[in-house]
Amino acid sequence: MRMNNVLATRWGVIGAGAVIGVLAALLQKLGNPGNMGICVACFERDIAGALGLHRADVVQYLRPEIPGFVLGAFLAALLFREFRPRAGSAPIVRFILGAFAMIGALVFLGCPWRAMLRLAGGDLNAVLGIAGLVFGVWVGTLFLKNGYTLGRAQAASKTAGVIMPLMALGSLLLMFIYPQIQEEGISGVLFYSTKGPGSMHAPLLVSLATGLVVGGIAQQSRFCTMGALRDLILFGQTHLLGGVIALVLSASLANLVFGQFSPGFIGQPVAHSMHFWNFAGMALAGLAFSLAGGCPGRQLFLSGEGDGDAAVFVIGMVSGAAFAHNFGLASSPSGIGPLGATAVGIGLVVCLLIGWGMRARGI
Amino acid sequence: MNPTIDARGLSCPQPVILVMGRIREQRKGVIEILVDTDTAKENVSRAARSKGWEVDRIERDRTGYRIVIRKE
Repeated sequence: MRMNNVLATRWGVIGAGAVIGVLAALLQKLGNPGNMGICVACFERDIAGALGLHRADVVQYLRPEIPGFVLGAFLAALLFREFRPRAGSAPIVRFILGAFAMIGALVFLGCPWRAMLRLAGGDLNAVLGIAGLVFGVWVGTLFLKNGYTLGRAQAASKTAGVIMPLMALGSLLLMFIYPQIQEEGISGVLFYSTKGPGSMHAPLLVSLATGLVVGGIAQQSRFCTMGALRDLILFGQTHLLGGVIALVLSASLANLVFGQFSPGFIGQPVAHSMHFWNFAGMALAGLAFSLAGGCPGRQLFLSGEGDGDAAVFVIGMVSGAAFAHNFGLASSPSGIGPLGATAVGIGLVVCLLIGWGMRARGI
Repeated sequence: MNPTIDARGLSCPQPVILVMGRIREQRKGVIEILVDTDTAKENVSRAARSKGWEVDRIERDRTGYRIVIRKE
């Protein structure tokens, strides 16, 4: 019998959020891009670039934070006997939801974590993104109330459960086999940005260690930015919301201390001021996260504790990032991409159809 | 008779939706809930307490947890 999980209490999740906020600000101080100390969507997009799945040369770096999240969650789950391999709940639907969640997030330029960190850095464009996120999650709760479900997962073998942690380990090994070479855009099989956000990063071991710590505490605290909004809308519960508010406050304070706080709409790092598209991009992402049952960070931590369906969502996000940059769907500081608006429209239609179509049948 | 809710294999927030639905129908008594993850166990327990139900006991078995909640 294990002791009670302190991190899963109200103060535990608040503490987890506060620690994540400070660590994110610190990663930015140590080299990560502006208001992007941690961004699950951006970092998975950078990983897609590092692997050559897209060739946008400003966003290619195998961000060690992401495999760190998966492995940190995996180790915490093993340590506390919570590693439970499971899979089989509508994987193809989760893949598509992951892909469109990423496309929406890249129209806004950030996942919910980064939306909060952008706010904490003074980027007021984030307010539109967060409003869109709330709207998208709210639409998702309407489906949930009407019996929306992706069906049951089944217990799976340990082999299935360790695939995602092993992929994380494998990607880290690639970084050590093919390390970054100064001013070179390529090292062995990996691409490394020499300019743009992809060239800005904290030292590898710092990023990895932070990823492991965040993965561990987030797995244990069940920290989830989407769940925070969903539980508030659906049940009036503020348990997870405490963690998200703590993240914004602690990151704001840390940003003030580090001189990284600059309020305004214009000239914010890796951001644009097309208000409608900031809202709409995040509305699409919020709806997709809501239908898939977790924000991108939470999906990584779930994949670390053996959830094969969450792993498929993550792979969907990485694939979505490749499409986003290959097809000109992703935004840049100058505004949305040539086909960004079309992709948001298609994504919303697809997600609404999934919401309507996936109803309970005697689960 | 303790009506059982089988929430095993369902992702967030469906276990809680099922329990909340049952609590609305069944104002008092005993409800048994089966879940397969620690997160679902915590969420269901928290939701039940927020509605004035007491978590009577939680048993771990091979497929997860059996949670018994009660309201007099």
